[in-house]
Amino acid sequence: MVQPLNQLKESASQTAGPYVHIGLTPNFAEIGGVYPQDLGTSMVNDKTKGERITVVGRVLDGTGTPLKDALIEIWQADADGLYNSPSEMRGSADANFTGWGRCPTDMDTGEFRFETIKPGRVPFKDGRKQAPHITFWVVARGINIGLHTRMYFGDEEKANGEDPVLARVEHRVRVSTLIAPREGSTYRFDIHLQGEKETIFFDI
Amino acid sequence: MSDSQISNRKPETGAFFQRDREWHPQAYTPWYKTSVLRSPQKALLSLDNTLSEITGPVFGHNILGELDNDLITNFAKPGEMAIGPRIIVYGRVLDERGKGVPGALLEFWQANAGGRYRHRKEGYVAPLDPNFGGCGRTITDEEGNYSFRTIQPGPYPWPNGVNDWRPAHIHFSLFGHGFAQRLITQMYFEGDSLIWKCPIVKTINDRAAIEGLTAALDMNATIPMDSRAYKFDMVLRGRRSTLFENRMEGN
Ligand SMILES: [Fe+2]
Repeated sequence: MVQPLNQLKESASQTAGPYVHIGLTPNFAEIGGVYPQDLGTSMVNDKTKGERITVVGRVLDGTGTPLKDALIEIWQADADGLYNSPSEMRGSADANFTGWGRCPTDMDTGEFRFETIKPGRVPFKDGRKQAPHITFWVVARGINIGLHTRMYFGDEEKANGEDPVLARVEHRVRVSTLIAPREGSTYRFDIHLQGEKETIFFDI
Repeated sequence: MSDSQISNRKPETGAFFQRDREWHPQAYTPWYKTSVLRSPQKALLSLDNTLSEITGPVFGHNILGELDNDLITNFAKPGEMAIGPRIIVYGRVLDERGKGVPGALLEFWQANAGGRYRHRKEGYVAPLDPNFGGCGRTITDEEGNYSFRTIQPGPYPWPNGVNDWRPAHIHFSLFGHGFAQRLITQMYFEGDSLIWKCPIVKTINDRAAIEGLTAALDMNATIPMDSRAYKFDMVLRGRRSTLFENRMEGN
């Protein structure tokens, strides 16, 4: 016998199910009067520093059909590369930027949309700079455990080229699944759950 | 969004313990049919946490309304209440090291006592309860404790097999202190025989993991002549210690 480690196991994940909106975006689900507004609907205000951008996209299943019952959350640094989090020890992030957004995919079109700012660069563990990126978390009916991925910016070719996370992708042809092309101030990021264009998901 | 109420603790900055992907459900579980076309088929790319995963949003108690943790009244007309068996759900949010997680935002949602959800895409014949919305939220205290009041949800049939029923359950969404801890799960009720027949429960391979999602009836926490109580603890990923880690200067 040896001493027990006395560690607990993480609670097992279960799918968010088809009615995730009731819990996480009740106003979107037409359950009014319980919360004044849905959390995560607004990330910026008039005073937020940084370049205003829009991120839109869809989540597509193995047949290419967009999910109309998914929920996306994003998490990103501010314009200076700082996170609005107590675990951020490098300085204080922009108090006018939450860094966190939540959006259900549209029940008819399957599209999600975030009004945010372009994040600054955040250091990797060894001090090298990561390219600007946004962390995505996707849940839905049929997804048994939330999927983590990252969106990188199509107009940041140089930074993407030296990003230590992108450098870890063995099959280089898949890197493009993480890079959102820019049109005007809008980036389009479609997430493919399966198939030839399957998005890279991370075990973080 | 940063919460002054938890800032008297030194924030932790370590990476999170690796997730045990065999303990959690696999993505592809064909007996839960919807997972077939929604499951990634390529290997996940393992990424030791960077700042992007170690940090995460934290929510202050100032977002909470007075009735947010009372599903019996938070959607009801003044003076009225939701119909169904009255229960209190309470417990702690811990991490894998056994430490309480303070300031964790919990959001929960459920069907009404008849097993019916208040949702545009829901078509079950059981009626809506005009006084029940089905959502609530709370934030854990300094020791990781939480509680809320609701009615016990009913089981309901769902289109998968021709006669599949969900056991009574409450959905939970949890935020810890880092985005890598983000978790959605479900709470089941002790003694419900539908648990072991449910294709969604069976996406989990490990019996102990399922038992870990099953709340215990706690007669000592009931309110006599009013509500029964169920105890439900939840565990989020633990953090590695940073004590002996080599860190780049200024990092
Ligand atoms: Fe449910």
